[in-house]
Amino acid sequence: MDIKIHVEEADGQFNTIEAPTDMGLSLMEILKASEYPVAATCGGMALCASCHVEILDNTYDEEANDAEMDMLDTLPVVSDSSRLACQMPLTDDMDGIRVRLMAEASME
Amino acid sequence: MIHTDLCIIGAGPVGLFAVFEAGLLKMRCHVMDVLPQIGGQLSEIYPKKPIYDIPGYPVVLAQELVDNLAKQIEPFNPSFTLGERVEKIERQEDESFILETNEGTQCHAKAVVIAGGLGCFEPRKPALDRLESFEGKGVDYMVRNPEKYINRKVVIAGGGDSALDWTIYLAEHVEELTLVHRGSSFRGAPDSAEKVLKLAEEGKLKLMLNSQVSELKGEQLLNECTITNKAGETETVSTDFFIPLFGLSPKLGPIANWNLNLDKNAIEVNVEDYSTNVPGVYAIGDINQYPGKLKLILSGFHEAALMAQSAYRVVSGGKKASLKYTTVNGIQTF
Ligand SMILES: Cc1cc2nc3c(=O)[nH]c(=O)nc-3n(C[C@H](O)[C@H](O)[C@H](O)COP(=O)(O)OP(=O)(O)OC[C@H]3O[C@@H](n4cnc5c(N)ncnc54)[C@H](O)[C@@H]3O)c2cc1C
Ligand code: FES
Repeated sequence: MDIKIHVEEADGQFNTIEAPTDMGLSLMEILKASEYPVAATCGGMALCASCHVEILDNTYDEEANDAEMDMLDTLPVVSDSSRLACQMPLTDDMDGIRVRLMAEASME
Repeated sequence: MIHTDLCIIGAGPVGLFAVFEAGLLKMRCHVMDVLPQIGGQLSEIYPKKPIYDIPGYPVVLAQELVDNLAKQIEPFNPSFTLGERVEKIERQEDESFILETNEGTQCHAKAVVIAGGLGCFEPRKPALDRLESFEGKGVDYMVRNPEKYINRKVVIAGGGDSALDWTIYLAEHVEELTLVHRGSSFRGAPDSAEKVLKLAEEGKLKLMLNSQVSELKGEQLLNECTITNKAGETETVSTDFFIPLFGLSPKLGPIANWNLNLDKNAIEVNVEDYSTNVPGVYAIGDINQYPGKLKLILSGFHEAALMAQSAYRVVSGGKKASLKYTTVNGIQTF
């Protein structure tokens, strides 16, 4: 099925992107494909944190894996809802999820 | 001032291999990198990962490849300026260049090779008011000279390996040490985490978990940090130094100001020789862009070989390099 992902824009408004859940994509990959400025330097290996996002609703409760927690632990600015988008495979449960790209993600 | 034939910006795999290709044509090289060690992304991001697509190596660890590249260029005696960022490139009247780093080191070169990869690796900074105004006045992002902290008061922030390693080292040398970590436990090397906990038990450092530095105070120099825990309680710690150790991330940095044609943070090049729009300046490896570009180490190596043939003409005043196989001549040094 296709799910909807709401991405916060600079002005606080949300833009909705649609994403398939049967192609094995991660949230990072769909953000990149939708031309959000996610550098994803390490190609999705939880090594660079350049895909750092905040999940803005508390319905998503998949636990972060060890590699992801290790990386998040090294960042200067994180919140309890910080995640690495490359470590989040798209699933049907994520339909309607709201995310914010963190500064670390952008390609300045 | 350093004098050389080629000044190579970036000591990643591609910059290192460029020294080899230039060396075969008897061009001397000076290599500059903002990181204190060579190796670029391989040493900084993924030193322990295996790489499978280097010809002749079914598998090689990233750091091992860097060590081998360093060995391969030894016969050509390149010189290095590490830990300094190249800020400026100025073209001289005689078409040579003077490069200058943030620390004022100057290098005079007949040609310039930018092998800057993803750009400069810069420290990740916490979002704190006045942080930048205290840089060099109490705020350091790297421990370059540990002696500076002897018998002083230091606050370290971070939970990764470098925060743990420096905490363990400095605990024995400073007057007072505080380690502030946002999480409730350390996920870095278990051995280091254990050592830090033991040092805290012995009273050699103050460990503040579930906490973050929230404010920096001082007139000219830093003299206090306010630390806030998850419950919102604050504590003020008197300190001479605040060292946030949150790792490094790449930023294009000064390359953007060098009048080069850029396309999405990469330098446009002519694929015949990887020259840029500025004569005498080449760009190879991840930093360049052309139709069909692949950001692979292998591609950067190929680009280095073609660059060297063309740079030879610039360095030797118009002579064409003749291709000689190393199998025929071996490695001829200077
Ligand atoms: C996790 C990961 C896995 C990878 N796996 C592979 C793989 O298996 N195979 C493969 O071929 N490729 C792989 N890559 C890609 C490969 O790492 C890059 O293609 C390669 O590092 C590019 O080398 P480089 O020398 O061009 O740049 P870099 O390695 O980025 O080095 C550039 C250097 O330039 C320095 N620099 C930049 N600007 C300045 C300045 N102004 N002053 C001073 N210094 C400066 C930087 O500090 C840096 O050290 C991988 C990348 C990542 C992140
Ligand atoms: S893409 Fe590097 S950590 Fe996600």
